[in-house]
Amino acid sequence: MSLKTTTRQVDGVTIVDCSGRITLGEGSVVLRELVRELLSKGEKKILLNLGDVNYIDSSGIGELVSAFLAVKNQGGSLKLLNLTKKVHDLLQITKLYTVFDVHDNEVAAIQTF
Amino acid sequence: MQDAATPKLAAFAQDRQNRMNHLGEMTASQVTYSMESTLETVNEAEALAVRFAEESGFDESDVMQISLSVREAAINAVMHGNERDPSKKVGLGFERTASEMIITIRDEGSGLDVASLPDPLAPENLMKTSGRGIFLIRTMMDEVQFRILNPGSEIKMKKRVPGPAANSEETAQ
Repeated sequence: MSLKTTTRQVDGVTIVDCSGRITLGEGSVVLRELVRELLSKGEKKILLNLGDVNYIDSSGIGELVSAFLAVKNQGGSLKLLNLTKKVHDLLQITKLYTVFDVHDNEVAAIQTF
Repeated sequence: MQDAATPKLAAFAQDRQNRMNHLGEMTASQVTYSMESTLETVNEAEALAVRFAEESGFDESDVMQISLSVREAAINAVMHGNERDPSKKVGLGFERTASEMIITIRDEGSGLDVASLPDPLAPENLMKTSGRGIFLIRTMMDEVQFRILNPGSEIKMKKRVPGPAANSEETAQ
């Protein structure tokens, strides 16, 4: 039920493959701590692959915003990849879809950093 | 109104027939739960909403909207209303009529002033990390009502059921 993440490096970009839920509690904490850890290691080009994230609540949306701002404040950029329809719709409803840099092709996304 | 003991997901998993009995009762009357002010309650409320919505014939999209709305309302009740105070309970109620599913969530907090909530779509609020819960509920449910209790708050959410019952009611109107 909670969020699982795997990170990999491709051409200087840290890709975080996420699966599960980003919700109040463990899911949000996992994402927060991961982004904090990446930033502490100087990894500021982050691509969140949300292709296997099938559920997100307002806390999870807030966590995405928080991560986006944290990376931006460190001079980096956090982008989103492979949104599921549910997550896509929620970002549209909350008008955050145009705030985030959203991609559906990993190779193309990496080239935008 | 029928009171039920506080549910535990583990118990539900062990006895599917009990769940079916609850659902059967729901079609004829109300089912209410009194739950602890914990994060686990948020997950339990969501799981119950999924089950009831599926059994009521809602499609996957509607089930997601109902479950998320219940989750958001439960978060508000536990975190903001009762502030995770173990002495305060969260009330959760489901009612199924011929035309709609009605969900009621109550807390025992100081009362939610809905009018004072900032608009999460306003440019100055767009990048805030919280404050979207009620907005999402209003977006996803067909009707949302708030009531100040003494003490506490109540949110009542309605979703019209799909199928012939809903259609015939629309025709009648």
